[in-house]
Amino acid sequence: MTFLDADGLTKVYGEGCSACLATTGPEYDRNRCPECDSVVACADVSFEVRDGEVLGIVGESGSGKSSVAEILALDADATAGTATIRGHGDVLDADYQRRREIRDEHLGMVHQHVHDGLNLSFTGGGNVAEKLLSAGWRHYGDIRSRVRGLFEETEVPVDRMDDSAETYSGGMQRRVQIAKAIANDPGLVVLDEPTTGLDVSVQARVLDTFRRLQREQDVATVVVSHDLSVVRLLADRVLVMRQGRIVEAGLTDRVMEDPHHEYTQTLINSII
Amino acid sequence: MSTSTNSDGEQPRLAVTDLSKRFQMHVVDGREVVGLDSVEFDVAAGEFLAVVGESGSGKSSLLKCLHRTYEPTDGTIEYDTGDSVVDLATCNERTILSLRGTDVGYVSQFLREIPRVPAVDVVARPLRESGSSPEQARETARGLLERLQLPRELFDAYPATFSGGERQRVNFARGIAPRPRLLLLDEPTSALDPETREHALKLLRDYLGDDTAVVGVFHNHDVVERVADRVLTIDDARVVDVRPTGGEST
Ligand SMILES: Nc1ncnc2c1ncn2[C@@H]1O[C@H](COP(=O)(O)OP(=O)(O)OP(=O)(O)O)[C@@H](O)[C@H]1O
Ligand SMILES: [Mg+2]
Ligand SMILES: [Zn+2]
Repeated sequence: MTFLDADGLTKVYGEGCSACLATTGPEYDRNRCPECDSVVACADVSFEVRDGEVLGIVGESGSGKSSVAEILALDADATAGTATIRGHGDVLDADYQRRREIRDEHLGMVHQHVHDGLNLSFTGGGNVAEKLLSAGWRHYGDIRSRVRGLFEETEVPVDRMDDSAETYSGGMQRRVQIAKAIANDPGLVVLDEPTTGLDVSVQARVLDTFRRLQREQDVATVVVSHDLSVVRLLADRVLVMRQGRIVEAGLTDRVMEDPHHEYTQTLINSII
Repeated sequence: MSTSTNSDGEQPRLAVTDLSKRFQMHVVDGREVVGLDSVEFDVAAGEFLAVVGESGSGKSSLLKCLHRTYEPTDGTIEYDTGDSVVDLATCNERTILSLRGTDVGYVSQFLREIPRVPAVDVVARPLRESGSSPEQARETARGLLERLQLPRELFDAYPATFSGGERQRVNFARGIAPRPRLLLLDEPTSALDPETREHALKLLRDYLGDDTAVVGVFHNHDVVERVADRVLTIDDARVVDVRPTGGEST
């Protein structure tokens, strides 16, 4: 069943004008409006994600991937578009209180920058506990054992639970973010560059852990990465973005092995 | 144009009609490369069709079109699901995703896996996805790897560190594990020594039973004669010959 239906997601940084959308995009090779100087970070981005499905978003730096992720995670407002989540309607249109609830209870986000995802001066366990508290958990003992369980699932050493998160390795921090993201059994998890900055061997473990959890829990997932191999391993389908627009979409193996769009061909040739 | 029923009037498991694949190489001045040109054949339930041809003739392109890893440019690929007939060339991507693994199995030339997954779990995964319990799936996976003579100490090791032949056995076991109704094999035994290859081919027959339709690319002539019912020869993107093999295997 469709869990998320995103339609026409658009984010313009700046004042915006009537020419913004018509003067930017891959065919103009720019995302900055020549009339008003606003940046069209993403425009007209539409897709669906079903339960248990992983959608990848690839594209070069600045193509708008994180902007889409932030909109979905309700971390940023969209300029236009809707994101309908099953049972909750268009969550972009919800009031502040409602958005908060949805974010706390139904969404999980793993951020590109650890500082956006964790409070490093808190303990690792505290970071995860905070997410549980925000969803209404109150009993100390329950929270403690849930955090312990999440650390085990994401393979963070449980005996480090009470150490401050800034003493963790990059791989451990990423895992704590994953633990936090799945803590409330969300329907949708958004991962922004889940492996960037990690050693190759650590990358593999993080991906493997996430994929196992994702399949066990049948959670709809959007994974954003400039690393095609990450998307290839995780995603069922993929969107290719350039200058804020989707230029190609399809089954992941099809897009990688039989890219149709000129840009996708260049992107894939530059990796292999 | 052929009809989609065979001479007995029955719907074949797979009926390929006028299948073409052309690649637009934007990076190379928009040059067009022909991968397949008007390919036609069908495969019945339980039948084994071998595909042979020179390197670069289009064998892997054919399998990839059947798997939708390549998007066909023209033609139809009618697959009989048992309930209905689906055109794999044009059906929506969700349908493809739901058929892959359990209905349509594909053993590619190369194993692509997350590095830190043990061999037995690589093989067990499609079984788990089709509903087996974790323990049952691993049990079946171990059985398959055993029959393929993979050393026991490798069952829980990571295929990333394996030799070509060891990896190929993991890949092979994973592809056949869920007993797909249509199995696509791309040189599945090319890296195996003759004895191990025997085990692999025997396992194919024993394990799959007589319902699976197989389309398999092979280089080795003896193998083709032994395992296949018919042989399709591709040359320069076209089918140039389809003939029955000499006789039944032992
Ligand atoms: N807060 C902001 N103010 C102004 N412009 C922004 C802001 N955030 C993003 N942008 C611009 O929007 C465009 C898309 O940025 P985004 O972060 O979504 O790209 P990305 O695809 O995630 O890139 P990367 O791979 O480098 O993370 C870029 O041109 C970026 O400079
Ligand atoms: Mg980004
Ligand atoms: Zn403008």
